[in-house]
Amino acid sequence: MIRSQVLCCTGTGCSSSGSHELAIEMEKQIAAAGLSEEVKVVKTGCFGLCALGPIMIIYPEGTFYSQVKTGDVKEIVEEHLLKGRPVKRLIYSEAIEEDKMLSLSDTPFYKKQKRIALRNCGVINPENIDEYIAMDGYMALEKVLTSMKPEEVIKLISDSGLRGRGGAGFPTGRKWQFAAANTSDVKYVCCNADEGDPGAFMDRSVLEGDPHAVLEAMTIAAFAMGGTHGYIYVRAEYPIAVRRLEIAIKQAREYGLLGNNIMDTGFSFDIDIRLGAGAFVCGEETALLTSIEGFRGEPRPRPPFPAVKGLFGKPTILNNVETYANVPQIILKGAEWFASMGTEKSKGTKVFALGGKITNTGLVEVPMGTTLREIIEDIGGGVPNGKKFKAAQTGGPSGGCIPAQYLDIPIDYENLISIGSMMGSGGLIVMDEDNCMVDIAKFFLEFTVDESCGKCVPCRIGTKRLYQMLEKITSGKGTLEDLDKMEALCRHIQQNSLCALGQTAPNPVLSTLKYFRDEYIAHVVDKKCPAGVCKSLVSYVITDRCTGCTLCARKCPTNAITGTVKEKHVIDQTKCIKCGLCQSNCKFNAIDKK
Amino acid sequence: MKTLAELAAIREKTKKNIVLREESDENTRVVVGMATCGIAAGARPVLAAFIDEINKRGLKNITVTQTGCIGVCRLEPIVEVYEPGKEKVTYVKMDADKVAKIVTDHLVNHRPVVEYTIEDALK
Repeated sequence: MIRSQVLCCTGTGCSSSGSHELAIEMEKQIAAAGLSEEVKVVKTGCFGLCALGPIMIIYPEGTFYSQVKTGDVKEIVEEHLLKGRPVKRLIYSEAIEEDKMLSLSDTPFYKKQKRIALRNCGVINPENIDEYIAMDGYMALEKVLTSMKPEEVIKLISDSGLRGRGGAGFPTGRKWQFAAANTSDVKYVCCNADEGDPGAFMDRSVLEGDPHAVLEAMTIAAFAMGGTHGYIYVRAEYPIAVRRLEIAIKQAREYGLLGNNIMDTGFSFDIDIRLGAGAFVCGEETALLTSIEGFRGEPRPRPPFPAVKGLFGKPTILNNVETYANVPQIILKGAEWFASMGTEKSKGTKVFALGGKITNTGLVEVPMGTTLREIIEDIGGGVPNGKKFKAAQTGGPSGGCIPAQYLDIPIDYENLISIGSMMGSGGLIVMDEDNCMVDIAKFFLEFTVDESCGKCVPCRIGTKRLYQMLEKITSGKGTLEDLDKMEALCRHIQQNSLCALGQTAPNPVLSTLKYFRDEYIAHVVDKKCPAGVCKSLVSYVITDRCTGCTLCARKCPTNAITGTVKEKHVIDQTKCIKCGLCQSNCKFNAIDKK
Repeated sequence: MKTLAELAAIREKTKKNIVLREESDENTRVVVGMATCGIAAGARPVLAAFIDEINKRGLKNITVTQTGCIGVCRLEPIVEVYEPGKEKVTYVKMDADKVAKIVTDHLVNHRPVVEYTIEDALK
């Protein structure tokens, strides 16, 4: 009998810090200690605390080890697994309070979270269908196929208030209703796993940690709207997610949960994977469907909406991974249960990928209506190194920057839009006082300029011109008139672009112009970058504290620093490339950045 | 293809493996002293016997874990049983043969085996 289980995260985050080698070493050491019959290693999906990976949890004690190295494994086996003494130095520091081990759900990172879409991530082995089944997996499908009518399923999803988690927040039940209302011999159920926002990785984590939940939900959707075939469009850069999906589809087919005559009920549905090459625009629904058809991924005008004329001209629904991950739970626990969480118009939970200047980089799931402050300070552990919070970017390149004054606003679809940002897929990038907001706007715009598919002029040329204006400002050549011109151009791009990529691309510029106009003005009028990021507007100056140690002169890559030993040195501003090496190397704090 | 009954059977069977991963205050904990002194006195066969016996009877909500040295090395192997809401019971000088009785009397019928306890040994 297995008395203890060692859960190793093998999501992308922990994999990149070596969790696969760790799991192999763990199995080796367990065997060496003669514990193979008693202790099992389970490879799971993401636990969420990616900043501290590789992560390992040992049950039944629930001991949470973080940043485990291969060299630590022997000690864990000999001390913890053999002698029952947890290795204190490796335990996640927040999980120990006054020498007592806290239950994981009591640690600050997990306490305010509510995991529905992520409920199985980090709990089950995603490559083992039996473990998903044990967590009540495929029970929702059984309930739907054996005891419900399609219209009842749609009503249940509508009543729950579930809205699309991919960004726009369209009511899922209504989407299914539209597709169900169109009769056709063939209908498609598609899954948007083309997660393109820089910094967002919740869809990847669901696919890696709980792939069967998506398959089950797609099958339920197919039953509800009359779907005959499904496609999951996932980016090729997610090799672990793709592999686990392939395994999951194979297992589901073997168990008769996909394919002909599912669960012997006469209902048939199957799913295939389509790999995307990583174009941001393919996250847009019409572009995604065009790409599945084998054409270049470009959006097309709507209407007709996919529910009427979608993939291969047939009625189609397309939902995001996280949206699907909620569906089986809603079917099992009921619409009221789901609708009891969240705000008036946004029900349930939302997963956020925390990144940027934040202590606990990782994945969190919180009820809608949680404030940004709770997410960033309580769960995320705040801004590291004692720096001051400046802004948070939600929704990636399509979203906006939210300044400190809105930290206490409850997050839901409507509130985010009202303050000039959007939910997007749930990327949440935190910026501190060292970030220049003009530079941030430029960074996101550079991304959309690159990713614009080029089909429509406002997006293709508009974003490029906007980018050039930002470049002008960051190089100190901007004028106040440029700011007004930029605003006008932003509105034009928003109103005239063909798809959401262009319509939302100006958001980072507009929101920073609105909330951080003083920084733009500093760049334009004072020719200064207050955060000291924009290189053209920064100069390094050696002060009287210089002792003439010559270190900076030796470190300078362009030989811009001159001076004799024991005398104050000078920087030749025409040669200086503003790399900052002199400042970071100076032992006397003698170099100022102005 | 799996029938619905087969799926239910898989669910039940696999649940047993997964229940270990649920943090619950309802579980009874059987803790075996596995420091050097415990291992030298034969704690490993005791631990194995508990695991076997509990598994054989399909008992639920019981976890078997180990701990370090309790301090009375002369009485090893030592096993402590924590039932929720009750005083812990400490068994001493354990061997594999005593395990079956503890499982039947204590874990199943909630009657501690007094003659194996530390109180009895110190009398």
